[in-house]
Amino acid sequence: MRLPFLKRAATFEHGIHPAYHKETCSLPIKRLAFAPRLIVPLSQHIGKPAVCCVNVGQEVLRGQVIATADGFVSLPVHAPATGVVEAIGLMPAANGKMVDSITIRVYQADGQAVQVSAPRDFESMDRKELLAAIQDTGISGLGGATFPAHVKLSVPPETVIDTMVVNGAECEPFLTCDHRIMVERTQDLIRGIRIAMKASGAPRTVIGVEDNKPDAIAAIQAALPADGSITVKALETKYPQGAEDTIIYALLGREIPAGQRPAAIGVLVNNVMTLAYLGRLLPAGEGIVERVLTVAGPAVERPGNYIVPIGTPLRFLLEQVGAKSSAKEIILGGPMMGMTISSLDVPVTKGTSGVLAFAEAQLAGEVQRTYTCVKCGECLKVCPKFLNPSQLGLLAAKREYAEMAERYNLDRCFECGCCSYVCPSHIPLVQQFRIAKAVNREKSSA
Amino acid sequence: MSIELRTSPHQVSDRSVPTIMKHVVLSLLPVCAFSVWQYGLSALALLLTITATCLLTERLLNRSAGQPSTLGDWSAAITGVLLALTLPPSFPLWMGVVAGFVAIAIGKALFGGLGFNVFNPALIGRAFVQAAFPVAITTWVPAFSAQRFTELVPTTLTAPLMMPPEIVDWVKQQAVDAFTGATPLARWKFENVVASTYDLLTGAVTASAGETSAILILVCGLYLAARKFMDWRIPVAVLASAALTAWLFQWYDPAHYPSPTFVLFSGGLMLGAVYMATDMATSPVTPLGVWIYGAVIGVVTVMIRYFGGLTEGVMYAILLGNALTPFIDLYTQPRVFGTRQQGKKK
Repeated sequence: MRLPFLKRAATFEHGIHPAYHKETCSLPIKRLAFAPRLIVPLSQHIGKPAVCCVNVGQEVLRGQVIATADGFVSLPVHAPATGVVEAIGLMPAANGKMVDSITIRVYQADGQAVQVSAPRDFESMDRKELLAAIQDTGISGLGGATFPAHVKLSVPPETVIDTMVVNGAECEPFLTCDHRIMVERTQDLIRGIRIAMKASGAPRTVIGVEDNKPDAIAAIQAALPADGSITVKALETKYPQGAEDTIIYALLGREIPAGQRPAAIGVLVNNVMTLAYLGRLLPAGEGIVERVLTVAGPAVERPGNYIVPIGTPLRFLLEQVGAKSSAKEIILGGPMMGMTISSLDVPVTKGTSGVLAFAEAQLAGEVQRTYTCVKCGECLKVCPKFLNPSQLGLLAAKREYAEMAERYNLDRCFECGCCSYVCPSHIPLVQQFRIAKAVNREKSSA
Repeated sequence: MSIELRTSPHQVSDRSVPTIMKHVVLSLLPVCAFSVWQYGLSALALLLTITATCLLTERLLNRSAGQPSTLGDWSAAITGVLLALTLPPSFPLWMGVVAGFVAIAIGKALFGGLGFNVFNPALIGRAFVQAAFPVAITTWVPAFSAQRFTELVPTTLTAPLMMPPEIVDWVKQQAVDAFTGATPLARWKFENVVASTYDLLTGAVTASAGETSAILILVCGLYLAARKFMDWRIPVAVLASAALTAWLFQWYDPAHYPSPTFVLFSGGLMLGAVYMATDMATSPVTPLGVWIYGAVIGVVTVMIRYFGGLTEGVMYAILLGNALTPFIDLYTQPRVFGTRQQGKKK
């Protein structure tokens, strides 16, 4: 039990302590081989898809732009490997839909250094030039939100950002790629923070790291600039510490007003991976062609953190790390909020922070009997948004979706899954809430 | 490799309804053992009969409703054990069967089963037999009688539908010193005699089978609370509000009203606060609601004891709290994150 007066790490109220399974956190990042074919979707970000600017049969160099940004809220796509464009057309994506993608046959024998770059000196650039340069890197939120980085950093003139929060919580079980990035690419991270501060005009930055990563905190501490504009704070290891609402509350004691963005309270939140790549790619003038991600789970032979080219099909990735034949469920992201995929042809994209393979017996949903709600109230005790999932669940069972939104703040739910995690009756609460939200959305658009 | 599609979360806690309920039953076993040690075979027979009745009723009602068995959730077992612990050890077994049947059939199944019941099923059973058999439910026998492990109390095996025999002579034969045939609460109410706290804590008093040892119930409750199988806020609210009310009365008129310790450790308050009021299905879920609910029960218990016609008020206080639960929940909905007052700014 944690006693209040012994609590030192900053934290939020409620939340859960799942089994963390962070066994891969001590394994250094390793590079993975190139798959024979890479499938690069044109839309790996929130916003308009990129516009393809290559033709079938055309040879492309690693790092070359193969699709350009379509307007401001869009990102370019770079060739993740030197090879030849084999096809341009619909391919399966993680969400089960077919999306426009460029398939590249990789020249395995070719050197795979990044071929196209235009080094820049960010210190001498003004905010506008900087934002354009950030867009050129093609970086979206690498924590999984996939919002274009330059859009997030474009602060409207009437808004004042007083603090940038850097999210190094990595509260999802199994995932350790942010942890390794903070330890191994600390200088990239600090440089990325300075670029983001310059672009957004934020005068100070607080980095929040869960206290199960003391080596990451120490590494960052040692690399902090002397002027004190950047600080690092330990956060209690608790899920969902890394959500926008909770990390801002834990670090700054501010609540984002319901339904608004962090900018409303003068805060900007960025993920450590996003900033570390920004700090590495922007000065080098390169585009994002690969990313570090965690491959783990009980059905993986060699779990670890790997540098994986964008577009690597999961089938190839899982072959490389030795997925066991017992693997039954493949999850993109963490086990609390990640989604399962239906096809192993789905590629790794910019937003893929982890690939987990679970076998049948380790699945959460393993034929657990559902009981009626016994009103134990556990879900109220864990909901980080202070909702009443118990009541919402009872209404969902009656399909009273409108009432859920109007009286019980359904729209404030960000689907962290704490309620479903603790429910002793195994009621699929958050799953029902997703359905309710989708139905409400459809109704309001109809 | 065939892969399956599921929605997150893909990891859940290992806690389930049967685990919780099972631990509640297990935590009651020391209390049961103590009451059997005190009252012997009659208490054991009552416990087994009522628990078996509850389980059987649940199973039969499942079958008649064409549902799968719900015995596995252990909730019927809790009802049975708790109900038996609230009854006098001399209670005729056939009346126990009636109580058990009413508890499950009317207290729970009629509302739709576990989670849908408005009132604590065990207390519904007890309320029914209190109204139906007012004499039997206030007939007390001495604890630690010499023959308790060799013979039953004469009333235990009363033939079904028959009234139990008079046991005054039998009680005299037991030759247990200082046995008055009245509970500490009744003695206080009618004779203004306050039992010693030591006797109340160790169970050396006349009472229902499971009400005797306040300390033991408290320890078992602490175990449940520490393992998070029980909401500790409810018993704390019940006991604190009862103690506070009692303290206020004693402050007003020390000659007439007993001390808060007497109020806390006499009668069924401890069992009620720890095991009855905390029934999940019939207590509020909101953070503020549980405190209000507990406070209502504590205050009403003391009020009934002091001003009501009955000597004990825990049962009706909890039933009243149960009735208020939906309203308490409705009016104490938590304030959503982002609409609360802005906290500490850093």
